[in-house]
Amino acid sequence: MTGHLKSWPFVLALSIISAPIVLMYSYLFIDTITNSPPGSFIPHEFTLEHWRFLWETRPGKPSIWRVTLNSFLFASSSCLVVLVVSSTAGYVLSRLNVPGRAFFLAGVMVLHAFPAVTLIVAIFLVLQMVGLYNSLIGVILVKAAIDMPLGIWIMKGFYDTVPWEIEMAGIADGASRFTVWRKLVLPQVKPGLFALGLFAFLLGWSEFILPQVLAPGGDVQVLSVYLAGLIADDNNFDMAMFKSVGLFYIAPVLILFLFFQKYLMNIYGGGTKG
Amino acid sequence: MRILLDHFSKSFGSVRVIDDMTLEIKDGEMLALLGPSGCGKSTTLFAICGIHKVTSGRILFGDRDVTNVSSQERNVGVVFQSYALYPHMTVRENIAFPLRIRSLPEAEIKRLVNEMAGLVHIGSLLDRRPAELSGGQQQRVALARALVRRPNVLLLDEPLANLDAKLRLEMRSEIRRIQLETGITAILVTHDQVEAMSMCDRIAIMNNGQIIQIATPQEMYRNPRTAFVAGFLGNPPIAFIDAVARDGMLAVENADIRLPIPREADRVPEGTPVVVGIRPENLGTEGDAAIRGRVSFIETQGRENLYDITLANGKVLRSIQRVRDDVSLHDEVEWRVRSDQLFLFAQNGERL
Repeated sequence: MTGHLKSWPFVLALSIISAPIVLMYSYLFIDTITNSPPGSFIPHEFTLEHWRFLWETRPGKPSIWRVTLNSFLFASSSCLVVLVVSSTAGYVLSRLNVPGRAFFLAGVMVLHAFPAVTLIVAIFLVLQMVGLYNSLIGVILVKAAIDMPLGIWIMKGFYDTVPWEIEMAGIADGASRFTVWRKLVLPQVKPGLFALGLFAFLLGWSEFILPQVLAPGGDVQVLSVYLAGLIADDNNFDMAMFKSVGLFYIAPVLILFLFFQKYLMNIYGGGTKG
Repeated sequence: MRILLDHFSKSFGSVRVIDDMTLEIKDGEMLALLGPSGCGKSTTLFAICGIHKVTSGRILFGDRDVTNVSSQERNVGVVFQSYALYPHMTVRENIAFPLRIRSLPEAEIKRLVNEMAGLVHIGSLLDRRPAELSGGQQQRVALARALVRRPNVLLLDEPLANLDAKLRLEMRSEIRRIQLETGITAILVTHDQVEAMSMCDRIAIMNNGQIIQIATPQEMYRNPRTAFVAGFLGNPPIAFIDAVARDGMLAVENADIRLPIPREADRVPEGTPVVVGIRPENLGTEGDAAIRGRVSFIETQGRENLYDITLANGKVLRSIQRVRDDVSLHDEVEWRVRSDQLFLFAQNGERL
């Protein structure tokens, strides 16, 4: 009991300090389902009109469901590409004695250090040239390519912790190198794979600048671009609806975090088996 | 199956680890590769199982040249020091893995796994995961996995190093029992002379990438070819003192000790400096030569005591005897040694 008494000043101090954030978050939610009189913070009526974008498509804008589907396609596809490439490339860099291994490792690091936005003009020109501009496939490939270096490094780190003997035992047991990787090594790095997958999905879900520049068209818009379009629209500016769409946009992320936070922690913990 | 290493050499870059080794392991035999760390014994093992490519020479399994055959097709069973069990599989799946790879029918796999589990006494553990097993049990699983596909040869890489002392004793006899029951040719890599002597039919003792001597444990102990072999075998270890051949006897410098030359030694020319090896159990109450010194240390071992005797020239000899009450620390003693139990080595370590 004394523990509670002693800690109350800290709790109070922390509460005061974090109050603005708590207020911000609660108003993000409250404003989407109420109306307040001008100049007041206290809502005076309950309403669902700010959520009407869910059932009516506004003129000149794509349907929210189409946009959500695009977001899912974009995030999960780039996540899948990152996973496939990282899980194989990480293994090669960790285990196989390929020529130029050190060069690759350093190169991958440098690529990761490159801010994507500095490349955007070049990428735009390339996509235009190959005919993938304003298409989901084009922006998925670009996003995956930009996230890949980090993924490869993370997976290499996880592979490094798998003992050599397991692979040698597998080979002596008669398994091919591929079977050893697939059946014996991959299961050891499952936590890493899971964390990376989640990470890549969230990166894709929150990506704004790439789809904004490379796939702005109505058919291929993703949620972040749709949301930005709401603010940019000076004619019918609706703060409460902007908040509602924002809430709609972050809900899947929150749900993912709730269910999988333990795996996300894993990515920073290095590959040690729990 | 008979295994033959024929003029086998292995280099890593410019470092020659194994130089022109020829070694035959007979069918059904258990052979120890014994040596200090870095002597090339593990390299030899990995070359036999195909993880290392040989630099030159051949490896034969029976009459088949497997020098360029991949590890997967050599059918060797390996037990690693860390056991290398697959952590995400149950014991049953671990043992079945090599059979699944060979796509055996499921019923056959089940039968073989159960049979092997019975042989190594882990029948009740089949549904556990490796993390839920003790070190000794993991060791048994690793053995079962290596043996279940009837390998041409079983390779054991320091299999007991990770076990505590009591389990080591138990697994030593267990591994030998299983090897004898299956009749599979086995090679044990170890740096522990007790393991090598107690488990194996023959020992190949290695140093600096070369085999110094191959013999049965008893023969190697009684008749070491070099001072290195004599020093490696035996616990407590043999003691060496320098001496010079003079008047048909061996005179120990500055110590007033004269030892007869052992019969089996070739005639030693007058004035030759030699190294005399005396095993602790041969220095005591019986013998035809006397050694005088001062008891400088007594180690109690229960049934026996180990006495260190410092000679007049400062050299230390060891003697292991039944516990005696008439000797205490710092006593001057004159103990006896049998001249036919002495080992005589040249300065370069070769037996004379």
